[in-house]
Amino acid sequence: MTALDMRGAVIPLALIAVAELWARAVDLQSDSLAAPSAIFMAGAKALASGEMLAATGETLVCALGGLAIGFVLGAFTGILLGIFRALDHLSEVTFELLRPIPSVALIPVAMLIFGFGYWTETSIVAFTTFWPGFLLTRAAVRGVEPRLFEVVRSLEMNLPDTIRKIVVPAVLPRMFVALRLAAGISLIVAVTVEITANPVGMGARMMSASQALRPDLTFAYLLWIGVVGWSLNAVMEFVQKRLLGPAVPLPRSGA
Amino acid sequence: MVITAAAAFPAPAGAPAAETATAPLLTVRDLGLEIGGNTILSGIDMAIGRGEFVCVVGPSGCGKTTLLRVLAGLRPPTEGEALYQGQPLVRPSREIAIVFQEYAKALLPWRTAAANVSLALETMGYPREKRAARISELLQTVGLGDSAGKYPSEMSGGMQQRLQIARALALEPSVLLLDEPFGALDAMTRQGLQDELLQLTKSTGATAFFVTHDLEEAIYLGDRVIGLHARPGRIGLVLDIDLPKPRHQLETRELPRFLELRHELFSFIKGAESA
Repeated sequence: MTALDMRGAVIPLALIAVAELWARAVDLQSDSLAAPSAIFMAGAKALASGEMLAATGETLVCALGGLAIGFVLGAFTGILLGIFRALDHLSEVTFELLRPIPSVALIPVAMLIFGFGYWTETSIVAFTTFWPGFLLTRAAVRGVEPRLFEVVRSLEMNLPDTIRKIVVPAVLPRMFVALRLAAGISLIVAVTVEITANPVGMGARMMSASQALRPDLTFAYLLWIGVVGWSLNAVMEFVQKRLLGPAVPLPRSGA
Repeated sequence: MVITAAAAFPAPAGAPAAETATAPLLTVRDLGLEIGGNTILSGIDMAIGRGEFVCVVGPSGCGKTTLLRVLAGLRPPTEGEALYQGQPLVRPSREIAIVFQEYAKALLPWRTAAANVSLALETMGYPREKRAARISELLQTVGLGDSAGKYPSEMSGGMQQRLQIARALALEPSVLLLDEPFGALDAMTRQGLQDELLQLTKSTGATAFFVTHDLEEAIYLGDRVIGLHARPGRIGLVLDIDLPKPRHQLETRELPRFLELRHELFSFIKGAESA
């Protein structure tokens, strides 16, 4: 850890210490708040029992499964509509009507179709992550250097090769930025669905802890969800650095 | 000095093979181009023979790049016709290779030098097992033998332009269209590349159509220099360059005849700009 990171940890650690001191000073016995040490103990217990990890697994299956389905469909649609303007115009109204639907508004519909369980959650995550995949990929395709398409034409390259050898490598860096964005969204949506309706995963456990008047466990899940989200982003960042070498230029801003 | 259609095309369609062999490779007849109500090119007539090196100069906005794009098949004319071996140029062809001015935009930044050349070979269906040898041969030809594994971002402007030329040569084109290829390079690099280009066109027998704004470059390289008037772009001057070959950077440029031609072209451009 660098010196800068260490300095960044000073404030959170100080706040935790103050909260702990305060909780002990007033001998906190509350149904809504818990001392940091109590939260830590509850979290450690839930982790050791395997319950927290099981919940994490359930949430991640839905979040990543939905992300895979939604983002891949979105990226594919984005490439297609980025290349074929006519198709884009044809489908514009359809997509513009679907896009503003808030993902949580789909919960009742998904429940109706899939009932409780993984598919309700996965389908809503897929719907939500389709959009960054679609919109950002389409924008990236339109931002591909027009000169490259003239090179392609002068080489008499066919369409499958053009997509495979020119378009996809050209949009890959921007697509990965979109994927990171979508990964963050997928976790948010999955937990939201779990809290509001679906009795699986971290959101549902957090909800039942709250209803059982267990502030320590509720806060422990809250912090754990933060850790999972942070780890997910760190993994994506690592993969991005490994996958896209120095040869791939960063996306130009404004292009 | 506009070449008339009658003089330039003695062979009608369906003429015997012997006659078509001597016919010009590229012919442009009364070519005009209108974009959005603006006349960009008008009444252009020219015939370019096999192996000829033709340079085009003119004030900015005279449509010289647009003319090149018509010859590339990237933009169909709205009037008259552009023919390659007697066939109308309606789409790009691998027999006519283009070298763009902005080399950085025309190369694939995610491919190495070798892989950029390979792109042309892959597309033309060059046998996979012979590809590596052909790539290193082409890179050698343009002086990039040691840079096969480099990415364009790791290469200088001159090297990147060499790479673009190597990719064009991979197609074994009959015609090389070059759009101000050396415009963004420093003077020393430019002179080196001019000589290499002359060498390459001579050894491959390729016909060159070279757009530039550098008058001396046009005279130095060309067998013929075409000067365009602006708005609309039309031919105003055709200079046959009767300088001895091979050209030499110092001696050729110091010849009295070179200075005469330079004077003539310079006066034309000055007149074309003020017109």
